[in-house]
Amino acid sequence: MLTFLVFFPVVGAILIMTLRREDERYAKVMALCVTGTLLVVSLVLFGLFDRGQEGLQFTEHFRWIREQDAGFDIQYFLGVDGLSLTMVILTTFLFTVAVLISWNVEKRPNEYFAWMLALMTGVMGVFLAQDLIFFFLFWEVELLPMYFLISIWGSGRKEYSAMKFLLFTIAGSALMLAGFLLLAFSAEPSTFDMVALRQADLSNVVLPLPAIFFLIFIGFAVKLPIFPLHTWLPDAHTDAPTAVSVILAGVLLKMGGYGILRIPISIMPDTAQDYAVWLASIAAASILYGAFMTLRQTDLKRLIAYSSVSHMGYVLLGIAALGHVGMTGATLQMFSHGVITGLLFVMVGMIYDRTHTRDINELSGLAHHMPIIATGMILAGLASLGLPAMSGFVAELMVFLGAADRFAAPTIIGVVGILLSAGYVLWMVRRVMFGPKDPRWAELPDATSWWEQIPMAAMLAVIIAVGIYPARLVDVIEQGILPLAARLL
Amino acid sequence: MLPEIPEGVVWSILLLPIGSFITILMVTRPYPKLSGYMTVGTIGLAFLFALWVLDSVIASDGQALPFQSHEWLTINSPVGHDLVVNLGLRVDGLTAIMLLVVTSVSLLVQVYSQGYMAGDTGYSRYFVFMSLFTTSMLGLIMVDSIVVLFVFWELVGLSSYLLIGFWFHKPAAAKAAMKAFIVTRLGDVGLLLAIILIWVKTGTFDIAEIQELAVAGLISVNVLTVFGLGMFAGAAGKSAQFPLHVWLPDAMEGPTPVSALIHAATMVVAGVYLIARMFPIYEVADDARMTIAAIGGTTALIAALLALVVVDIKRVLAYSTISQLGYMMLALGLGGYVAAIFHLLTHAFFKALLFLGSGSVNHATNTFDMRKMGGLRKVMPWTYATFLIASLSLAGVFPLAGFWSKDEILSDAWGEQQALFWVALGVVFLTAFYMFRAIFMTFEGEYQGGEEPEEEGHGGDPAHPHESPWVMIVPLAVLAVPAVLIGFANINGGVEHILAGALPAETREGLHEFQFNWAIALGSSAIAIAGIVGAYLFYGAKVLSSQAVSKAVRPLHILLERKYFLDDLYEGIFVNRLLLGGAALLAWFDTNIVDGVANGVAGTFRFGGSGLRLLQTGQVQVYGAMAFAGLLLAGGLVFLLNPL
Repeated sequence: MLTFLVFFPVVGAILIMTLRREDERYAKVMALCVTGTLLVVSLVLFGLFDRGQEGLQFTEHFRWIREQDAGFDIQYFLGVDGLSLTMVILTTFLFTVAVLISWNVEKRPNEYFAWMLALMTGVMGVFLAQDLIFFFLFWEVELLPMYFLISIWGSGRKEYSAMKFLLFTIAGSALMLAGFLLLAFSAEPSTFDMVALRQADLSNVVLPLPAIFFLIFIGFAVKLPIFPLHTWLPDAHTDAPTAVSVILAGVLLKMGGYGILRIPISIMPDTAQDYAVWLASIAAASILYGAFMTLRQTDLKRLIAYSSVSHMGYVLLGIAALGHVGMTGATLQMFSHGVITGLLFVMVGMIYDRTHTRDINELSGLAHHMPIIATGMILAGLASLGLPAMSGFVAELMVFLGAADRFAAPTIIGVVGILLSAGYVLWMVRRVMFGPKDPRWAELPDATSWWEQIPMAAMLAVIIAVGIYPARLVDVIEQGILPLAARLL
Repeated sequence: MLPEIPEGVVWSILLLPIGSFITILMVTRPYPKLSGYMTVGTIGLAFLFALWVLDSVIASDGQALPFQSHEWLTINSPVGHDLVVNLGLRVDGLTAIMLLVVTSVSLLVQVYSQGYMAGDTGYSRYFVFMSLFTTSMLGLIMVDSIVVLFVFWELVGLSSYLLIGFWFHKPAAAKAAMKAFIVTRLGDVGLLLAIILIWVKTGTFDIAEIQELAVAGLISVNVLTVFGLGMFAGAAGKSAQFPLHVWLPDAMEGPTPVSALIHAATMVVAGVYLIARMFPIYEVADDARMTIAAIGGTTALIAALLALVVVDIKRVLAYSTISQLGYMMLALGLGGYVAAIFHLLTHAFFKALLFLGSGSVNHATNTFDMRKMGGLRKVMPWTYATFLIASLSLAGVFPLAGFWSKDEILSDAWGEQQALFWVALGVVFLTAFYMFRAIFMTFEGEYQGGEEPEEEGHGGDPAHPHESPWVMIVPLAVLAVPAVLIGFANINGGVEHILAGALPAETREGLHEFQFNWAIALGSSAIAIAGIVGAYLFYGAKVLSSQAVSKAVRPLHILLERKYFLDDLYEGIFVNRLLLGGAALLAWFDTNIVDGVANGVAGTFRFGGSGLRLLQTGQVQVYGAMAFAGLLLAGGLVFLLNPL
């Protein structure tokens, strides 16, 4: 089942590539079938998942390189726990959304949707792999499709942004790979199996453990992204096409947070304890820095990109708390931010498609002409500023409660960050949506097509459902976090 | 006597407006009339249930009805506190009084809105937002957990935001909406931190449990003081206390029924409710309590002074509201729990009436500027009569409702803190003065012509003002009844009894026993009448000139006209200079330093790469020479490192 989740997208991608030029209008239909199937499969998985059981479920093993041949083991090892499952559902959901809102892509659609699906395989692999080498392989698989998606279908300085994205990530992953290898070869017994590594004896490692910890951490921190490693994000977002922005903000950033929880924190819990205060400080800096930067932005996409830096700071703050409540909150925040920011990008995409500008100073009074888009944008904005009864509030509250006892100052900074987020969101809404009518936008259509309305409604439904009754999702996340938290005692 | 109200019926009070919110949103939006009737119908039913609640609570002597909480979210933590958030109702004397206020004023305002909002393009949207507001407000006063209270607290803020900005094409309205949300959220930072603190210290969100722990002395006084001040920050935002009061006057950009319901009678008293709900905490945390008293007194005074100089009738009422909220906070801070809530109750009716009256005047003249009104007494007799009754009540003239509650506050202040008593007494004079200034400017003298309607103006022809339609007049007349009579509700301690029942026994014993004090009652009445006479001399008979006075105290007048320069301080210095200036500095740092380093590293590699490329000449001789040089270098290094 998990193998299907990982490789079905790439099968779909290959099939789409075989389409002839004149059949390219079927590309999006095929892509939708693939992502839709995967969404259903992941929801079935959610239903079958045993909420009473901690740790991995639905595991699949296959020895790829055996110890007797090479001196070390590399396994094809997939498994899902509460943490992975949450990310998998987020992935299938957002990819389905991304395909839908790409319905009007006219430029080389075959390749576009094929790259999109290839990207999905990489992401799925990262969230399901339980072996360091496979994790790393999937981590790298994600890069290439992303590079092409930005540099071919993007706008503005798209080559620069795509290259910047690529270089930042590769630099990070080089450090990460070094960390993986050091860890795996000096552990006793030597293994790439993440589960086995958790029990392994790490007392004889060649480098001090904190060095390995931070090698790996930096690799993930670039992705999250954390100040001061964030500058690729606004550029990549600004120049990427809408659907790619949705995936980038919604899913790819989560690989960073997921990775931190899955590898450095769970394999080196004692080191994590020693340096928790550093992590919390970086988190607080990111929250505040991101929020302040957001206040200055006049490009809608850059505004959302910087707000992501701030919001992912909450993820790191929850992780740094190293407690059950905080880490559960961090995971929920990843899920919630994925949907909320995804929706924000969807809405900005719709505005840009119609007005051909993202400049806040240019836009005004859109609520008169596009009430549906305005409603969606305002609700997404309210969710983003942590309005209760929406998912962001529950997640942030859990992060604060988890972190407050240990890190009073970063928590206070986090709460102040929420105030700033109200500032930039409402300022944006006031400038773009409210105010007098602008004749330039009077003739533009509202979001009337089904492929615009369905993703919008679905995302809002998820945001509100999780906000009103988070227990269904939190129960699952808990099963992934419990064993981790237990090791951190 | 009715049987005790079942829990399901109490929940339905909350679910009724949710139902109307969803139905209007999903179904009846294209049929505005239907949306309006639905809102009135659901809130009417909720009002009847609220009466039932009151009946049951009287039977239980004001103590909480025995409802169980329902599990909503639980995270069992191996270390530290489990995170348990429950959803449950706390229905006691305090809740019953609040329910009565919210449902009755809502009902009348919604009826009035049918007339006032008639013909507006956003008619259905208006009732969607109104239903959302009613839901959140009812949730706020009924839940038993402080974190769920916070959820509804924020949703109330959201509906206020949406309704202030209802006419979003007006830049002033859009700006006021944003200002209201952000200023109240500034206070909410304190409230949220307080909630986090109390959870970290006690592991519970349950209001009753927190009260018990506090009263039993199981939480240190320092923690309670910080907790209490944090909550007061939230309350000060929502209830427009100095220095966070600046949003409320601007909130008058919203439709007038909204001002009446949300920004006078119900939402703005949420802060007072919160402090009253947490009153046992403040009985322990004396410092926090005295801070509240001091801020309340300051607010009452400075807002009353501002009301003297504004010429917009709704802003007079807005400053009056701030001032009266300060009065309630003052009472709470001085331990006058009953007096504060009693004043909240009477104030809700006469202030809603005043706002609806100003809306009726606006309906006729199309302006809120009192300088363009005058002489409306003859053409709008109903509006005039009800407005006059409400003003007398607000001024605290015997035996109207406002007299009784104000008298209780003054008595409490007299017994507790003399300085604040004199402040409160001064405010009585100012209140009577500014209200009758408004009455003389609006209803007496010559009509000044009103204002020509814009495209979306309400009402008819301002040149020939007329009385409003009956759907607006009936709510005015109905509200006038409690504005006169509700003060008698506590004449034999009925309100006091059920309110006190809501407190833990230990706190209840410490309450002031209300003593009717003839000297205070007569003295404050005399002062109120002096205020009315003063207003008459300036604005009625015009034997004294207000211009002459304002010239004589020019600096003070400027200070008031510029609203103590607070808006300039907040917007000009805090937001524009410090916040946005700081952000601009950071933006420079981000582009030039953070990104600069990244681009610099990339540039170095590119430059290094282009340098190294020169070495790849493709000439074997060069390669050979370099290989030889390399060999020498390596040999030399080996020799150096391992001398023979």
